[in-house]
Amino acid sequence: MRACVIVFPGTNRERDIAEAIEGVSGQPSRMIWHGDTEVPKCDLIVLPGGFSYGDYLRTGAMAAHSPIMRDVVAKAKAGTPVLGVCNGFQTLCEAGLLPGILLRNASLKFVCKDVHLRVDNAATLYTNRYRTGDVAQVIVAHGDGNYFADAAALDELEAENRVVFRYATPAGEVTQAANPNGSQRNIAGIIDKRGRILGMMPHPENACETTLGSTQGRPLFESIVAGMAAA
Amino acid sequence: MKAHIKITLKNGVLDPQGKAIQGALGHLGISGVGDVRQGKFIEVELAETDEAKARATVEKMCRELLANMVIENYAFELVR
Repeated sequence: MRACVIVFPGTNRERDIAEAIEGVSGQPSRMIWHGDTEVPKCDLIVLPGGFSYGDYLRTGAMAAHSPIMRDVVAKAKAGTPVLGVCNGFQTLCEAGLLPGILLRNASLKFVCKDVHLRVDNAATLYTNRYRTGDVAQVIVAHGDGNYFADAAALDELEAENRVVFRYATPAGEVTQAANPNGSQRNIAGIIDKRGRILGMMPHPENACETTLGSTQGRPLFESIVAGMAAA
Repeated sequence: MKAHIKITLKNGVLDPQGKAIQGALGHLGISGVGDVRQGKFIEVELAETDEAKARATVEKMCRELLANMVIENYAFELVR
């Protein structure tokens, strides 16, 4: 599986995610600079975490309009899978590829800690190595992870089974106390209508090695490789 | 001419920063403060001299970048 990782000024998780992908696929990723206008042919486009453009205006707003994004949007619409993590999720929302927006955390504080994610849809390209109801321990590290969409958009996401991850307790209960940022309905990750574009705030790439405290993010990358092999 | 653009959160969108400001005003001992909502003010200089065209341009910049229509409203005035 060949992945292209898009790098914006202020991106800082590109190496983490490239390493996680190489760990499961054996293939290095290509880093693509935001000023380029074309993403080389690849199996997966990744928008990694960080603070693109210093989070000016709104998180991800500048990145969503940088030169490379025109081609990312075109390729996404043509069916290339796109994974956006943290700032990448914010950018996907700002680019209109996913509904809603990530607001400032309800606590107004930057949150960097372990959280537990309940897998609510294990039938996606990104989650087929989990089972629905599995709980994965991963970290979050963000100041703007408070998912917001209007009630109609939220109901549509739920009806179409597009809420992929929710913040939960280690036992898998979706509670207010398990919600690190005030996200509506504890939403941590969503997928687009066609099941090709996933956005999530937590960092599965930082939960792929025992030395980092958890390997429970690894199945996400294994899922992509397995999903592509099956396609 | 210049565009003075005001971006505000839509009703119903929680504004934790506004709440924090409200709290801080209380700590200052300023009484009688109700709900506080915060937003953005952006001033853009325009080369355009035709007001109708300038208006259309500012509308486009607001919709495509300056405001996120999921959570924000915008309003602007043109000043010479």
